[in-house]
Amino acid sequence: MHRTGELYGQFQTLEQQKESATLGMWIFLVTEVLFFGGMFLTYTINRHEYFTAFGVGSNTLDIKLGTINTAVLILSSLTMAMAVWSAQVGKKALVTGFLIATLALGSVFLGIKVVEYKQKFDHHLVPGRNFDVWYHSEHPLPSDDPKEIAAEREELEKATSSQNPKYDPDVNSHAQLYFSLYFAMTGLHALHMIVGAGLLIWLIKVSLSARFTPQYNNPVEIVGLYWHFVDIVWIYLFPLLYLIDRHR
Amino acid sequence: MPRDHYLNASYGIRSWLLTTDHKRIALLYLISVTFFFFIGGIFATMIRIHLLTPAGALVTPETYNKLFTMHGVAMIFFFLIPSIPAVLGNFLIPPMIGAKDLAFPKINLLSWYIYIIGGCFVLYSFSTGGLDTGWTFYTPLSSIYSNSAVTPAVLGIFINGFSSILTGLNFIVTIHTMRAPGMTWFRLPLFAWAHYATSLVMILGTPVVAITLLLAGLERMFHLGFFNPAMGGDPILFQHLFWFYSHPAVYIMILPSMGVVSEIIPTFARKPIFGYHFIAASSIAIAVIGFLVWAHHMFVTGESTYAALAFSFLSYLVAIPSAVKVFNWTASLYKGSISWDAPMLYALGFIGLFTIGGLTGLFLACLGLDIHIHDTYFVIAHFHYIMVGGAVMGYVGGLHYWWPKITGKLYPEALSRFAAIVLFIGFNLTFFPQFILGYLGMPRRYHSYPPEFQVLNVLSTAGASVLALGYLLPMAYLTWSMRYGKVAGPNPWPATGLEWKTDSPPPAENFHVTPVVDWEPYDYRNRPDLGLVAGASLTPAHGDD
Repeated sequence: MHRTGELYGQFQTLEQQKESATLGMWIFLVTEVLFFGGMFLTYTINRHEYFTAFGVGSNTLDIKLGTINTAVLILSSLTMAMAVWSAQVGKKALVTGFLIATLALGSVFLGIKVVEYKQKFDHHLVPGRNFDVWYHSEHPLPSDDPKEIAAEREELEKATSSQNPKYDPDVNSHAQLYFSLYFAMTGLHALHMIVGAGLLIWLIKVSLSARFTPQYNNPVEIVGLYWHFVDIVWIYLFPLLYLIDRHR
Repeated sequence: MPRDHYLNASYGIRSWLLTTDHKRIALLYLISVTFFFFIGGIFATMIRIHLLTPAGALVTPETYNKLFTMHGVAMIFFFLIPSIPAVLGNFLIPPMIGAKDLAFPKINLLSWYIYIIGGCFVLYSFSTGGLDTGWTFYTPLSSIYSNSAVTPAVLGIFINGFSSILTGLNFIVTIHTMRAPGMTWFRLPLFAWAHYATSLVMILGTPVVAITLLLAGLERMFHLGFFNPAMGGDPILFQHLFWFYSHPAVYIMILPSMGVVSEIIPTFARKPIFGYHFIAASSIAIAVIGFLVWAHHMFVTGESTYAALAFSFLSYLVAIPSAVKVFNWTASLYKGSISWDAPMLYALGFIGLFTIGGLTGLFLACLGLDIHIHDTYFVIAHFHYIMVGGAVMGYVGGLHYWWPKITGKLYPEALSRFAAIVLFIGFNLTFFPQFILGYLGMPRRYHSYPPEFQVLNVLSTAGASVLALGYLLPMAYLTWSMRYGKVAGPNPWPATGLEWKTDSPPPAENFHVTPVVDWEPYDYRNRPDLGLVAGASLTPAHGDD
């Protein structure tokens, strides 16, 4: 189908085109909810079964980096919303500016995620042959805070001590389950961020040629929907992965 | 033949591989699903030859495991699920609702490429070690113990899932936003209603099996543990997640077929369809209830009695909307002036075979009886009655019904009726003995069996040869008709659907002017524009009936 201006050939009007695009994106997001839903279900069942091990796993995560990342993502949702608004009211320079800001914040998030993943490799917390939930407390790095290491050690001993009513004799295996889910969930989330970043780069390119107008801006709007969805997934991932059993 | 149509709108390989015309994409799908039907058919043939003798006549036990697995994977994920939606649905939904194309033509083309990429992964798995886990990929066999090429197969099915999701998404948006003026929801053809329901299952179920197979694949590749009991993971959880899609997937296969039958019956009974609203609503009901029955695949796998009771009850419940359809089709035939063209023979075959398949499904939903027939040939016979007797009969019937629209040509009539009868006889001879085998206790997925089962197995293999002829005949004469068939004209049957108001084959943009719909669906008594008037006796345009 060839197109005339902004209107693709299969549509009769711009409104029909916009309605279709928006509905299409919402339906796609529904499929995404179910896609992540499979992992959230697996998480829920395993966490219910092995709460102690999940608590141990959660406490090895870097809560500072996790919190910063959460703030970064929420801020990127704000800039994305501003980009959509700017497109709707026809402020072309602002559209580009806010899109670039969103892309920058998304990149910061991914950068911090890389640092966190590297930590997990250093601490032998990647599932597989060398997984060892005790490793970090036994081989602390010189840069580590000795108080934190001691607390980690204490927690592991408590988790495996039969004095504890919720003790878990096989915390090492069950923590592997936690980290399997950690990598699968944050990994797929990061993959969605990378796709989102690609979409933003495309939008920035289009907006530089000043194509978006109050009449035609649905690409910005539907990428916005996608971006907010990916943020919302993180809003769930953060407490479920980082904040288990922290209230001590 | 019209001078300009979608087939001669442009030429060259690029005009096909880069097309965004839904009709051309439908033909791309037609070729590729037929290819996978052949692959799956070859495996089925080898299975049937192997089972001619009690000890197994053809292959080693390991190879036998691979044959039934690859038969299932090719047929279910790469033939049955895309067959009617991606071929007939793709071709027909826009002209049926008076649109120029689907809402997202590029996404439509993308879905075909995704299908091809997924298909390549699966073919790679088939040709580098095969696949022996059963099409169900149960963990930990698939994730840890199997020595066959599971990883590429799982990735292929994962990728292919997105083709299904995009097709479903495209149909839902198209039916919502692209209808022509006057095409209200209750003037939609029942084929479109059936595809709307199918699309709901596609978008809600497919992502779940995608993530499930991805997790199983990640478990295999990176030694993660989600379903691995050695790490405390739960293999039963895999089965729940798998069947959450794979039971509704049965409705992805059968609902479009029901849509086809709902179009064919009134056309060849020359009567308005009985209970239009009920048939439309029952499609949606099947899609919704279909999501609530998955654990009936697991009655003997370890679930609580109370859960099993609930799932048994819900499985009975899904029979109600299915029966509503069968009763309405039957009532539509009552006092109709029936003509026995090939599409009608397939539709009538569908009703009979689907009824047998559905009723034997109730045996399996019964908690007590299921213990006896679980994992026997009874189950094999039951689901082949649904998937082959139902879904494939509908698909072949639909191809015959819309072939004049797709190609502009008619196929040889007598031969096509003969083929429909051959297919029906071959099918029953293949699968009816399997009900008896299963009831007598022959388990599925075994490469050998006790000698007393040989007669029934030989009957089944003989039937499979007849069935193969029943498939090869239409392939031959439909292909022949593209070049040598008589010109069909826009509306050869004649039928009332909007798709028959345009040329055959349709122009690239489907209609020369956007149609306005001012008639009710299936109004076979009151369409003077088609020569259909109450009381007048009718002869089909090509007819010698």
